Amino acid sequence: MSLPVVIVGASLGGLRSAEALRRSGYAGPITVFGDEPHAPYNRPPLSKDALAGPVSHAAVAFPQRAATADVLWRLGIRIESADLEGRRVRTADGEDVAYRALVVATGLRPKRLSPRTVGLSGAFALRTLDDAGALSDALVPGARVVIAGSGFIGCEVAASARQIGCQVTVVGSAQLPMLGPLGAALAEGVMRRHETRGVSFRMGTHVADVLGEHSVEGVRLADGSELPCEVLVEAIGSVHNTEWLRGNDVDAELGLRTDSAMRVLRADGSPWADVFAVGDVARFPNAIYGDTPASIEHWNIPTETAKRASRVLAMQLADDPGLPAVVAERFAPVPSFWSDQYDIHLLAFGLPAVADRAELLAGRPEEDCVYGYYVGDHMVGVCGIGMRSEVMKYRDEVSRYGQVPIGESA
Amino acid sequence: MVKIQVDRTQCQNFGSCVIEAPNVFSLNANDEMEYTPEADDSELDNVEAAVDVCPMQAIALVLRS
Repeated sequence: MSLPVVIVGASLGGLRSAEALRRSGYAGPITVFGDEPHAPYNRPPLSKDALAGPVSHAAVAFPQRAATADVLWRLGIRIESADLEGRRVRTADGEDVAYRALVVATGLRPKRLSPRTVGLSGAFALRTLDDAGALSDALVPGARVVIAGSGFIGCEVAASARQIGCQVTVVGSAQLPMLGPLGAALAEGVMRRHETRGVSFRMGTHVADVLGEHSVEGVRLADGSELPCEVLVEAIGSVHNTEWLRGNDVDAELGLRTDSAMRVLRADGSPWADVFAVGDVARFPNAIYGDTPASIEHWNIPTETAKRASRVLAMQLADDPGLPAVVAERFAPVPSFWSDQYDIHLLAFGLPAVADRAELLAGRPEEDCVYGYYVGDHMVGVCGIGMRSEVMKYRDEVSRYGQVPIGESA
Repeated sequence: MVKIQVDRTQCQNFGSCVIEAPNVFSLNANDEMEYTPEADDSELDNVEAAVDVCPMQAIALVLRS
């Protein structure tokens, strides 16, 4: 019996990796470790519909395909460490598992305001199904809710909580919510729509302190003002889950650095032949953006990177002579994101966040509209409220190779 | 033959499927998704990709010989 391909992480990236290995012709054993007790499920609904009432795992679970029926899912097991030279990983219980190849798909976890809020009654972060269940229970009509963070998760939770009938205040460090990805014009429009529905914003500040000893009683902002609340949602960004790879020759700063074949790189830039990273945890070069390595935390990226990694890995395991040619192929997945807040349906392609200016392309800012985002003359992103056919027309334009180098934290 | 089913209660007309399998899925003038419930075997890879990328996970693939 040959050693398995071990996939660490049983969410979208891990699932798609297993599926794509089979599709790429690898028929050997696959073991997937996941620290959650649940089989892979879709996370985007968790900040939207799932907060309105109890949501079952079945309602958000990804369908399992026949091709991956023989994959060994070891769920509820956390991998604590890895020895890449010795080709093995160790579980929290101390079990050593040897592998033939390793796929890192451990994703992100929410950043917290302070160690004190972890486990504090009334303080919530949102990443997992269980997180959503706990938050959903706390979002009752009339509850005073402070949301720390004004990005997509913060704004989606604000919309969901408001629709439940909570009193909602969003606290954000930027001047406008979702300012980075949407640009000022669209961000301001979306903020107005939130305000029309009764959400309060405290922008240009942040939560400096959480009040309450045994449960959340309020927050103190950086300007000294206090907001009483029963519920605090921490939506201030994410941390890459790479600590378990400590002690190995990898570059895990701002995500696990890979080459364009999704092979994890050593500090000297040479790839590990048998270690891959996919999804949110990976910091990979994208040919659209001049091959600057970046981790892109959009929903379509785990699927795209898993397909790329698994194709390369399957060829390598089969000693396929075509491998060098495939590794040399350009890898240029187009980032895309969407967000639903009330009846506002945002859809975007590219990376509007790296733009230096935005331009209205269609519609009216206070209604359905489409904005283009530019660096110089290059369109780097397109985002619309509604008008999906119109948004899609620009997808090719924002997908051209080598447009603009981006910063490493896009 | 590839047989396709879309859960209309889930579909929100994102159009991600249109990018992956333009011969099977399209957006009409009202930005509503339309699709052909049966497609040639040659569309299998594209339809599988469409299933994968659907944000609402609304597309199901039923294979027939």
